[in-house]
Amino acid sequence: MTQPATHPAPAAPHTGAGLAVAVHDLTVAYRDKPVLWDVDLEVPPGLLLAVVGPNGAGKSTLLKAILGLVPAAAGQVLIHGEPLARARDRIGYVPQRGSVDWDFPTSALDVVTMGTYRRLGWVRRPGRREREAALSALERVGMAALADRQISQLSGGQQQRVFLARALVQDTDVTFMDEPFQGVDAVTERAIVDLLKDLRARGRTVVVVHHDLQTVPDYFDWVMLLNVRRIASGPVAEVFTEENLRLAYGGRVGFLERKADPTPAPGGRDDPATSHFGRIRP
Amino acid sequence: MMSPQVEIQLIAAVTAAACSLVGTFLVLRRMAMMSDAISHSILLGIVVAFLAVGDLASPWLVLGAAVTGVLTVALVETLHRTRLVKEDAAIGLVFPALFSLGVILLARHAGAVHLDTDVVLLGELAFAPFDRFAPGGTDLGPRSLWMAGGVLLLDAAALALFFKELKLATFDAGLAATLGFAPALIHYGLMSLVSVTAVASFDAVGLVLVVALMVGPPAAAHLLTDRLPRLLGLAVLMGAASAVGGYWLARWLDVSIAGAMAATVGFVFLLALLLAPQRGLVAAARRRATQRLEFALAMLAIHVAQHECGPDAGDECRADRVHLHLHWEPDFSEAVLRAAEQRRLLRREDGLVRLDEAGRDLARGALTR
Repeated sequence: MTQPATHPAPAAPHTGAGLAVAVHDLTVAYRDKPVLWDVDLEVPPGLLLAVVGPNGAGKSTLLKAILGLVPAAAGQVLIHGEPLARARDRIGYVPQRGSVDWDFPTSALDVVTMGTYRRLGWVRRPGRREREAALSALERVGMAALADRQISQLSGGQQQRVFLARALVQDTDVTFMDEPFQGVDAVTERAIVDLLKDLRARGRTVVVVHHDLQTVPDYFDWVMLLNVRRIASGPVAEVFTEENLRLAYGGRVGFLERKADPTPAPGGRDDPATSHFGRIRP
Repeated sequence: MMSPQVEIQLIAAVTAAACSLVGTFLVLRRMAMMSDAISHSILLGIVVAFLAVGDLASPWLVLGAAVTGVLTVALVETLHRTRLVKEDAAIGLVFPALFSLGVILLARHAGAVHLDTDVVLLGELAFAPFDRFAPGGTDLGPRSLWMAGGVLLLDAAALALFFKELKLATFDAGLAATLGFAPALIHYGLMSLVSVTAVASFDAVGLVLVVALMVGPPAAAHLLTDRLPRLLGLAVLMGAASAVGGYWLARWLDVSIAGAMAATVGFVFLLALLLAPQRGLVAAARRRATQRLEFALAMLAIHVAQHECGPDAGDECRADRVHLHLHWEPDFSEAVLRAAEQRRLLRREDGLVRLDEAGRDLARGALTR
């Protein structure tokens, strides 16, 4: 590989020691077409990391490959220093909302209860304790009143919050979320942001596939720019630069012109609308 | 000692119940057509096992069927994974190949025995009571009933034991995988159950109509409830009821029991499709009509509110001309006006439409919503 190293080599290479997520040389191909090419990613614990990049950059595939849901052609993934098979208890996954059938005959509470299945193991059924945990997770995302609703009767934002509540119930060290902000209402967006900050305050690590460049500096500590190959990853202040964005998105970076605009302080609670106007989709 | 009549109905009902149980998960996994594929291709496994052991009552036949059922699913998925054919085409390629191989083997080697093609394809429930299960000479009832009952028990036990896992893997296979529940294992486990169940339904309805019993009752039940346990219960009830109903229909019309059962399943589904309280077509049409009227009333109120004080009120608000302004059919317009009068939203005075307080509220409410 002639690819230049764009990050300093870790002190102990490929052990993932001290890192929440360590991905090395991850390559995924569909037949002969590479979807991810030799991707490295190192995420220290207690961070909120956004994965951004144009459509088809392989953002969702990256998550799925890390979680072992699509086969990797090459590469290594360590979660808190351990291979996936031994780290299952420590990782949570919030898939894209569109990845499941919302006509499935079940209630919001039941879907959230699924987050407890790992602890239950095979055969054992969820009991009162599991249901109570699920209910309090629904409460935390403001959905307790809708616990018994059939899931197709929920709005898109409410469905997303059900998924988040399910991740909360899993209560894992590292959580991977695939486009949680996609097409949600303002209330849900706020709920997700609060939740992310709450998770970070408790030392958890969250990796989020994100499409809205505008909100990256407000919502996240670290960012990874991806376009089949990793362009850059690191603290937002260091790597979320015009040059890196141009590398990831090619010429289509309308966002850059907007960057000079005065942006509200991160977490501007008084004005939840700021994140909804002037949004640019690259 | 039961009469043959009762025995036949019992076999039919138990078979339908077993099919509905596994069929529910097939339908929820959007794999309804896989039941058709499996039920056909297991013929190959049955014939091969029969040729090997030479005994129609051998449990090896069930095993042979289960193996070919799983093989069918594996072949379909392998073909689909090449991305050179779509899944429905893969199904259409795999099961006729296995099925025709079974038919050829059957015609070539098993022509002389009871395993004849018509019975295999269409079943012959009327003959089922003649084939007794009599270990050591004691008659314990028809063999088909034991077979169907055993399979129903197996299905019910497996579903009860792995209900949580099946639900999770069906709703969100990705989560199942990340939680360590091996969705592929669950998938193939379910497919094995479907195969074994198809073998058992063999006597009752034959291979061709298994798909009706596996898909019809769950699809009908899904229109009636949105809770999985209730859906399973309803599907079993509707399946069993259709089976018994089909038996009597066949007696009445003097036709094939299998055909009458499948037709009854179809009829039950049609009833559910039309009459389901929430999702049925009748309920939907009624809801649409109500919405249309409500919307029309709001539009009329807004229109009159906008124009009644204006200079053109004499034209815009004329009862016999509002339909022109709102682009309505005159009949529809008259119906809406009458409904509005009934609800005291407006009055007609000197050929002009005048809003009452309630009508004005409606217009205001609709505009500020």
